[in-house]
Amino acid sequence: MRDITVVRQFGEVVLAIAIAPLFVGWIAQCRAWMQNRSAPLLRQTYRMLRKLFDKDAAMAATASPLFRTTPYILFGTMVLAAAIIPSLATDLPFAHAADAIALIGLFATARVFLSLAAMDIGTAFGTMGARREMMVGFLAEPALLMVLFNAFLLYGSTALPSLVDGYRAHPTVIDPSAIFAAVAFVMVLLAENARIPIDNPATHLELTMIHEAALLEYSARHLALLEWASGLKLFNYACIGFALFLPWGIATNGADSGTALLISIAALLAKLVVAGAALALVESLSAKLRIFRAPEFLAMAFLLAVLGLLVHLLLGTKLA
Amino acid sequence: MELLAVLALPLLGFLLLALFGAKRAAPELNIAVSFATLLAAALLVLRVELHGPILVWHDQFFVDAFNVFLVGLTAFVGFTTALFSRPYMRIEEFHGRLTPQRLRLYHAMYQLFMAAMLLALLTNNMGLLWVAMEAATLSTVLLVSLYRTRASLEAAWKYFILCGVGIAQALFGTILLYFAAEKALGREGMTALLWTHLNTVKGQLEPRVLGLAFVFLLVGYGTKVGLAPLHNWLPDAHAEGPTPVSAVLSGLLLNVALYAVVRCKVLVEGSIGSQLPSRMLMAFGLLSAVLAAFFLWRQKDIKRLFGYSSIEHMGIITFAFGLGGPVANFAAMLHMTVHSLTKSSIFFTAGHASQKAGTQQMDGIRGLLDTNPTIGWGLLLGSFAILGMPPFGVFASEFLILTTAMRVHPWTTPLLLIALGVAFAAIFARVQPMVFGDSEAKPLPHSPALVPVFIHLAIVLTLGVYMPPALAGWYRAAARLIG
Amino acid sequence: MTAHAYTVPILNLLAACLLLISFAMLSRRRTQRLVTLFAWQGTILFLSTCLVAYSSGLREIYYSAALTLLLKVIGLPLILHRLIYRLGAQWDSETVVNIPLTMLVGLVLVIFAFGLAQPISMMATTITRNTLGIALAVILLSFLMMITRRKAVTQVIGFLAMENGLFFAATSATYGMPMVVELGIALDLLVGVFILGLFFFQIREQFESLDLSNLESLKED
Repeated sequence: MRDITVVRQFGEVVLAIAIAPLFVGWIAQCRAWMQNRSAPLLRQTYRMLRKLFDKDAAMAATASPLFRTTPYILFGTMVLAAAIIPSLATDLPFAHAADAIALIGLFATARVFLSLAAMDIGTAFGTMGARREMMVGFLAEPALLMVLFNAFLLYGSTALPSLVDGYRAHPTVIDPSAIFAAVAFVMVLLAENARIPIDNPATHLELTMIHEAALLEYSARHLALLEWASGLKLFNYACIGFALFLPWGIATNGADSGTALLISIAALLAKLVVAGAALALVESLSAKLRIFRAPEFLAMAFLLAVLGLLVHLLLGTKLA
Repeated sequence: MELLAVLALPLLGFLLLALFGAKRAAPELNIAVSFATLLAAALLVLRVELHGPILVWHDQFFVDAFNVFLVGLTAFVGFTTALFSRPYMRIEEFHGRLTPQRLRLYHAMYQLFMAAMLLALLTNNMGLLWVAMEAATLSTVLLVSLYRTRASLEAAWKYFILCGVGIAQALFGTILLYFAAEKALGREGMTALLWTHLNTVKGQLEPRVLGLAFVFLLVGYGTKVGLAPLHNWLPDAHAEGPTPVSAVLSGLLLNVALYAVVRCKVLVEGSIGSQLPSRMLMAFGLLSAVLAAFFLWRQKDIKRLFGYSSIEHMGIITFAFGLGGPVANFAAMLHMTVHSLTKSSIFFTAGHASQKAGTQQMDGIRGLLDTNPTIGWGLLLGSFAILGMPPFGVFASEFLILTTAMRVHPWTTPLLLIALGVAFAAIFARVQPMVFGDSEAKPLPHSPALVPVFIHLAIVLTLGVYMPPALAGWYRAAARLIG
Repeated sequence: MTAHAYTVPILNLLAACLLLISFAMLSRRRTQRLVTLFAWQGTILFLSTCLVAYSSGLREIYYSAALTLLLKVIGLPLILHRLIYRLGAQWDSETVVNIPLTMLVGLVLVIFAFGLAQPISMMATTITRNTLGIALAVILLSFLMMITRRKAVTQVIGFLAMENGLFFAATSATYGMPMVVELGIALDLLVGVFILGLFFFQIREQFESLDLSNLESLKED
């Protein structure tokens, strides 16, 4: 019995690692369609990863071991996060290892390493990217925490699996506060994953970039791992969002029959398709904010999340 | 029947003047309609006097001693202002400040404004009261901006936005009132907003809801009364609008808004069983009176000066209604009457005076007694009257209010006395050089209509010296109604 | 599960949307976006009114829902869009507003509104009782918008949004006011917008701009 859940846990992680670049590719494709450009192929992301893996890595002479190990650490943390987040089923072994707040800590760890590595070489761009990355993270985290508190108020837990289970006990009720929390969450997601109102993943325009500036010194397999890790991060955030706001189809029992699992895989794919398109729509409709406006954007996310708490206190459907 | 006429005549006048307002005879038509309205109102007054309160059309309209007195006053001042505006607006047109098209707008909106005010006074439905108040605001906004100068546009915009926001608060209060009333009266037959029905069941209304509703209603309608600190629109609107509009704003609209507040107060006080609404009226009234008195010192514009004086007097009246009891209510209504009459007559003379001088700045107006004795005497006597000099009626009402205040809340009397004293000094210091002194102003192209001024002042004087028993009895009946 | 069991959560949801739109209005600088948001607010109002009508079975609420649809979803936004177009104010935006601060003040207002409405909500018997606080919050937020903005069109949108809040309060607390009153209110609103539209042109003619910071000469000095 235990074995099968371990196998499934393993399967979930593998699926996450495999799908993440596809998800990034899908968003890029949708964006291209919406902006009337010819879209890149879906497997373009994979091809790029393979190309990067095939190359020889060049490294600055001043690079320390921290710089070398960071891509692996980053990739590792993202994989760990993918294992913890109940994207397919709720009672897999890793799911109970950490709650959502610990997950935020995990992401923060990754960010610390990335920033340290970016400053490691000592170029101006790396330092600037690190600084900006830290600023965005610093502002986004409280907002994300507020979103989670909101969920906590609803279901009495911050562990994602219990949230999903709690939701399934009352499937017809959408709490009004969830709207505010969801909007705030999407804003945080955009900021944390270097998407458009805050950062533009598609450019290397030097003055505006945040995330790309931090990766500027990396090449070949290191870069591939970092790109993959950021794809995984986006995937993870999407899955957190699903667990918080759209937990339909997630299997409650990891040891269940195969059909439940199949349904949950299908549901996950469907949700990713829709969410990817929606993200692309948001990104196409908004213009990139100046970096000085990023605090404003994230402050709004924070306030919305707080407002969600308030609305819950007034209108909230009393559960549990 | 008379009631229908009172409401329909100004509306008819609005339609007629909207069509023919640009014609040469439009001012005369305006006067005729206003006179017809006055006649209808007089009949209505007579009927209520003889047969007691009337309640008609599914109880949607209600006339008792309290509002019929205001209906009479409104129709009367509406008529005299129409009389005054005929030569005044002709002079404005002669000076090139207005075109016939603007005059059409002015005449039509004037009648619409009268209709809205009369509707607000006569309706028994608190919701319709709100609608009528809003309609009155909308019609006067266009009147205030009639000259289309920068200053008048600014004043009108401020007026609209401030009163719009204020009156939205009043709507929220009305909604809360309905919310409480619905429980006691039910939704059927649309009786839940009728004042008479509410008044009979006011003991059963939920006190907390009504308390909150009153706060909103007071803030909302209080903005229109010009109570401090929501008075900002009032001096601007008075100074920048045409003088007849200043006269009806000060003389009538403020009264009507205060009437709405008092009606609400009666309901709420009956429901929550405490003196809180009265205390709030007293506080707002006192604050307005004192604040306005000190602002009077700083004025340079003659119409602005008397705008602030209106705030002061509305504050005193509100305070008196807050004091409550038969004497204070009696005094408040008397003060409403004499203030309306005096203030509109002051605006009449001030309008002509500034037309003569070509400016509204008081420094530019000099030697009125010399160049045009009637205007000069009008302004001088009007100022004496509004300052509460005996034997004018204002003295009587202020005296009553002061003595009542001294008896009930002695600590308020010094404040009131300070306000009155400061206002006296401020206004007198400014009126005196305008009236006396030398001037070389040119004569006006049309002879000014100063008959209304002296009619008004004569009435105020009479009321100060001798109160006809019928009138006194009537005031007393109204005062009892308010409780 | 009866239909009623779903009505309350959905209404709460719509109320939350209304509040969200109010905040979105506070956070937008572009005037034209505000009109769109105002139309959305009207749409939500229409939906919630329909829902109230359906669950209470009162016919006249359907009328007021239709009135909302005509006036607030179609009529006023259309008028405003045309006005903006004719004024050439499509690209107008506010520049001096500190948005996070405004939002923070808005948050405080929401708490205030909830606190104020709490005791009353307890007494309401209508299914929508909890939403009174939201309605009051929407009113106060629109008020805040009018205070913080300096463009004429924006202030008017704030004014209209406030009216939306009032309408929502009326339906949520009392199943709507009597029809006569509602018609009167709608008429006043429409006339008000026309007058303000006239004003825009006059203001622009006199000041060559719709910026209300020009309108600050009448002060006590």
